Amino acid sequence: MTRPSPVALQRVVVVALWSLATMTIGVLLFIIVYILAHGLPHVSWGFLTQSPEYMGRKGGIFPMVVGTVMVAGLAVLVAAPIGVATAIYLTEYTREGRMTAMIRFGADCLAGIPSIVFGLFGFVFFAITLHLGLSVISGALTLALMVLPTVVRTSEEALRAVPSAYREVSYGLGSTRWQMVTHVVLHSALPGISTGVVLSLGRCVSETAVVMLTAGSALRLPHSLFDSSRTLALHFYMLSREGISMPNAYATASVLIIAILALNMLAYWLMRRFVAKVR
Amino acid sequence: MKQDKAISLVLLLIALSAISGLALITVFIFKEGLPIILRVGGRDFFLSSDWEPSAGHFGILSMIAGSLAVTAGAMVIGLVFGLGVAIVLTQFCPAGLAAVLKPAIELLAGIPSVVYGFMGVVTLVPLIRTYLGGPGLSVLASSIVLGIMVLPTVTSISIDALQAVPRPYWEGSIALGATQWQTAHMVMLKAARSGIVTAAILGMGRAIGETMAVIMVAGNPLEIPHSILDPVRTLTSNIALEMGYASGQHRQALFATGVTLFVIIMVLNTVALVASRRYARRGGAR
Amino acid sequence: MVRGMLRLLAYGTAAAWVLLGGGCGRDAARAVSVVGSTSIQPFAEFLAEEYDKKNPGQRVEVQGGGSTAGLQATANGLADIGTCSRALKPDEAEQFTQTLIARDGVAIVVNPTNPVNGLTSEQLRGLFSGRIRNWREVGGRDGPVRPITREEGSGTRESFVNLIMGKERISRAALTQESNGAVKELVKGDPAAVGYMSLGLVGEELKAVSVDGVTPTAENVLAGTYKLARPFLFVTKGPARPDAQRFIDFVLSPEGQKILETEGLVRAR
Repeated sequence: MTRPSPVALQRVVVVALWSLATMTIGVLLFIIVYILAHGLPHVSWGFLTQSPEYMGRKGGIFPMVVGTVMVAGLAVLVAAPIGVATAIYLTEYTREGRMTAMIRFGADCLAGIPSIVFGLFGFVFFAITLHLGLSVISGALTLALMVLPTVVRTSEEALRAVPSAYREVSYGLGSTRWQMVTHVVLHSALPGISTGVVLSLGRCVSETAVVMLTAGSALRLPHSLFDSSRTLALHFYMLSREGISMPNAYATASVLIIAILALNMLAYWLMRRFVAKVR
Repeated sequence: MKQDKAISLVLLLIALSAISGLALITVFIFKEGLPIILRVGGRDFFLSSDWEPSAGHFGILSMIAGSLAVTAGAMVIGLVFGLGVAIVLTQFCPAGLAAVLKPAIELLAGIPSVVYGFMGVVTLVPLIRTYLGGPGLSVLASSIVLGIMVLPTVTSISIDALQAVPRPYWEGSIALGATQWQTAHMVMLKAARSGIVTAAILGMGRAIGETMAVIMVAGNPLEIPHSILDPVRTLTSNIALEMGYASGQHRQALFATGVTLFVIIMVLNTVALVASRRYARRGGAR
Repeated sequence: MVRGMLRLLAYGTAAAWVLLGGGCGRDAARAVSVVGSTSIQPFAEFLAEEYDKKNPGQRVEVQGGGSTAGLQATANGLADIGTCSRALKPDEAEQFTQTLIARDGVAIVVNPTNPVNGLTSEQLRGLFSGRIRNWREVGGRDGPVRPITREEGSGTRESFVNLIMGKERISRAALTQESNGAVKELVKGDPAAVGYMSLGLVGEELKAVSVDGVTPTAENVLAGTYKLARPFLFVTKGPARPDAQRFIDFVLSPEGQKILETEGLVRAR
């Protein structure tokens, strides 16, 4: 039995690897196409603007869209300024040392904690202890804490990627630190920071375990931050799990997937602008 | 100057509130969870598979075994396919096509976990039940679904690791007459090893932490699975299933499960940190 | 440019925080929160829809989570009304005020392709505890038995355990699902499955077997011949909030009771 020549072996390996790649992309495409094919026919303007009836068997998903926007939007509105400010402080106003390394490690750990643990915390702390109940605000605050570490880390990376030459030139021209930060560093880092924020928004929109425990699953349109509300992801989970309405489940999933794909594309476009700016 | 000092102070306060918020979570979880681990005893909590909250039994061994089994399966799939795709895209793919495929994979990977779980229930579970036996809700189904979910993480970090290998390594190998595959597996993969380890570990973290998709395809019994066709319950599913109605010691036991997950992630992150330090040193300047 | 964006961001964030504070008038028009049993949930949701039509502005939010979760939520103040699909335990009865709104049977369901039509209590104990492992032993086709159960906090599970299982424990290998709907979906898809769920929610897609010779119908539950029955309760901590009490009154009214009856439950009055 002769050993196969390296060239022959390479041919086999390349075929094998390309099969793996094709299978991978095939599966991901299959999932999206399957959902959209079953769901898009049922998505109409009416579907998006009506309320659900009969537990979701009929009617639309308007309260869920509003609920998702409120919960995810508020979460990012809270997490983004705090996270970016923290990142600015860590990179521009402190020196690299043990403290910052520890904070970075802590942020990385918390970014990896399972979302259900955040849900657990949010349920007991926000909903029960702080008497906020199952509500939009409980959900939003919990989600904000969940994505905060990620926002801090990605903002920090974006800020660090700005060449120090930019900062030196700014100082050389006589600016204060804050002027340097806002006029020079943030300007360049903004797309990178925005990528992180947009990706966090995507994460909040897809999150189900946390909102189940903190925002609840009410079907009605939320009128205030203290009302319970069901997000699109949770609605899809409940519709499909309980067999309430498969067509509506597919339709909800289609809306959800399209929204997230749009967010991801935005994030990707922002990232390309960022890379162009600082390279 | 005064304005600068004021702004510096404001930023410091914001940073401190952020950090204390996150520290609060950590402290809260440990405060709620540790007492019951101490009361029940480490051995009974971690090594007993008797989970019967109404009788005061809090052994999470079944769930630990479940999480490990499902994660191991997920990593097999995630690494084989994820690394395979990474190798193809960096070593055997024209740059133009790679520039399209890489973001395509990351884009497609934004699919929410509940959708993955749903697809698993609708397509995978019946297939396993009909052709392989068992309830279909199984370690196998969970591993496949989770594997597909962690794929993009593994792929994109591996691609970064492979692309960070200095070009002279590749050029030198080719110049010596090696084929691309020989270069890939004898030089590039070895050089990118630490980065790939990081990718695997982060993927593992994601797999362990997944909740919703697993609840849908795992079956959630109380027993330790004996084969990949057996149903399984993970640590995360346990929390999600019981949180709504747990009180008193039961709730504390769920927090203790959270503590367990926390510690596992901390360990994984530490390993990843050590591995990535070696990666930075080895990768060198691009 | 960045200055401008920062300013915009600052205003936006400030506005959001003002909204937050504005929501502090919460008690004023807060919706009535009904939390608990997944068996009661669809019926409560339907009642809430009808209530909403009759009294626009009176908002009722219905959520699931399970009977015990409902009791917990009521005790914590998270819910105004807890829904419970089992009888209250003595210490719970002391804590809460309970109102019977309907009665429901617990159906034993199997896949439509399963030839078994009836089972005895003893057989049920065997199937769910794992003693009986093959459908052949109870008159079905040769094949493994897969019992499906609910989570421990479920009122349906509690009722089933009290009425059928007695001292025997449900098998540790039983697959756990977290709602009636999930049980139904699973049994619908798996020919070897057997589960228990709310009679009112079975529908056409599953087969509900007769227990000890009695067919599972609302009439038999009313007559008392179908023994697997449990109460549907609305519980409150102390006297209910006026808004909540109005909803409870609606549910107990002839109109509310008729709605429940049409949907397959047995009326309370």
